[in-house]
Amino acid sequence: MAPAVPSPLALSLHDAVALSGRFPLLAGVDLEVATGETVLVEGPNGAGKTSLLRLCAGLVTPASGRVSVLGLDPVRHRTALRRRVGFLAHASHLYDDLTVRENVKFAVRAAGGSIDRIPAACDRLGLAGRLLRTSAAKLSAGQRRRVALAVLVARSPELWLLDEPHAGLDAEARVLLGQLVTEASTGGATVVIASHEANLVEPLADRAVTITGGRMTGERTLRDPAGEPMPTGDPVPAGELMPTGDPAPAPLSDADPTPDVERAIHVA
Amino acid sequence: MWRDTLLMVGKDLRIEARSRVALSQVAPFGVIALVLFAFALGPDRSPMAKAAPGLFWVAVLFSTVLAIQRSVSVESVDGARDGLRLSGLDPAGVFLGKTAAVAVQLVILEAILGVGVVLLYGARMNSVWLAVVACVAGTIGLAAAGTLYGALSAGLRVRETLLPFLLLPVVAPVLLAGTRIWQAALAGGIPSQGTPWVRLLIVFDAVYLALGVVVFGPIQESS
Repeated sequence: MAPAVPSPLALSLHDAVALSGRFPLLAGVDLEVATGETVLVEGPNGAGKTSLLRLCAGLVTPASGRVSVLGLDPVRHRTALRRRVGFLAHASHLYDDLTVRENVKFAVRAAGGSIDRIPAACDRLGLAGRLLRTSAAKLSAGQRRRVALAVLVARSPELWLLDEPHAGLDAEARVLLGQLVTEASTGGATVVIASHEANLVEPLADRAVTITGGRMTGERTLRDPAGEPMPTGDPVPAGELMPTGDPAPAPLSDADPTPDVERAIHVA
Repeated sequence: MWRDTLLMVGKDLRIEARSRVALSQVAPFGVIALVLFAFALGPDRSPMAKAAPGLFWVAVLFSTVLAIQRSVSVESVDGARDGLRLSGLDPAGVFLGKTAAVAVQLVILEAILGVGVVLLYGARMNSVWLAVVACVAGTIGLAAAGTLYGALSAGLRVRETLLPFLLLPVVAPVLLAGTRIWQAALAGGIPSQGTPWVRLLIVFDAVYLALGVVVFGPIQESS
């Protein structure tokens, strides 16, 4: 049984490095996210946004640094953590031969969630009637996304990790997604959204962080302490607004002890 | 763990019931293998009946490779393998569930191939229960080893060709023991003739079930 460590921080990453073989996915990320906070992660393609979310979900093992998710070590307490985390990835994780209802039921039961929430969650996402009995193979990309969202809503995890959540969704579903994120946040859940569509996510988020080349390179506060949207401004370099007050990571030099990382970051 | 096992068995068997790959592809493949063996041995039924136990188990082994590949491929579409990892299911439960689902399909396949052996090769089953014991014990081992090696090859682009290469040598004891027990069964064998080989199958089952429960999680994470 994983120890439940009460922590005001839902996410705490210090100098987190993640590798895929010898290729660095993350090159020393420092990030702290408070419980209940909604954070937008932005950055160019290949910057490490998805890798950051996968690290938080325990899908990527940190090579070095300290990582704590919901007070748990994502490597040692992998199974316990995953039941408390919901990850909306690029893929919908659906089985083509199962119906929409069966897919949602399997995912919710697997995570130890209550199946009583499934009908309401499916209704909310517009999955009703014959659509529930349709096999996932026949769904459009947008419908698959809705099913994946229905799983998330029915599971009601403590930490929502959303990777490009608006991709494939129509205008109506995009609005609905915004409502779901707001409700999750209001309900005490922590939400981390990696997205290129900042205009859609900024109204939902308390803070935006920028990741480039596998490192945090900037941070913006989007809401004041009263919860009101802040006037938009230029990104503040990482470190100045970091909750820990840690300095921004220095660029790697020849003397850096991780030469492999340095090489690949230049490529990135 | 048992709850997760049941959940996985239910899911995999439901998928199989919908897609009917085992019935429409794996079983016909096994039957075709039996027919081809018969062609190779010629029209004389005597050598066929003699070789029937070995040919039956070779056909089962080849069909097992297909069943395992299907079990692996189900988790390869739309990031389902990541979904399974993210679900929070106990890896041991996932392993046992997938093993049980494959085993159910193999038992049905073996029943079909058993009938095929009797019809095509003119083999007479004098001790049905001994043959059934061999099938049950052999199937558990095949499904467990297959699921384990299937997980090992799951994340690789060459998994279709790598799986038979990894699996077939490992399950050679099942072929050997199963054939010996079936030889005893066809000859109207007494329990003592098959007992050592049944013991071998039980040990094989225990080893691969235990190994799978312990190492499936790390394998799943690294694939």
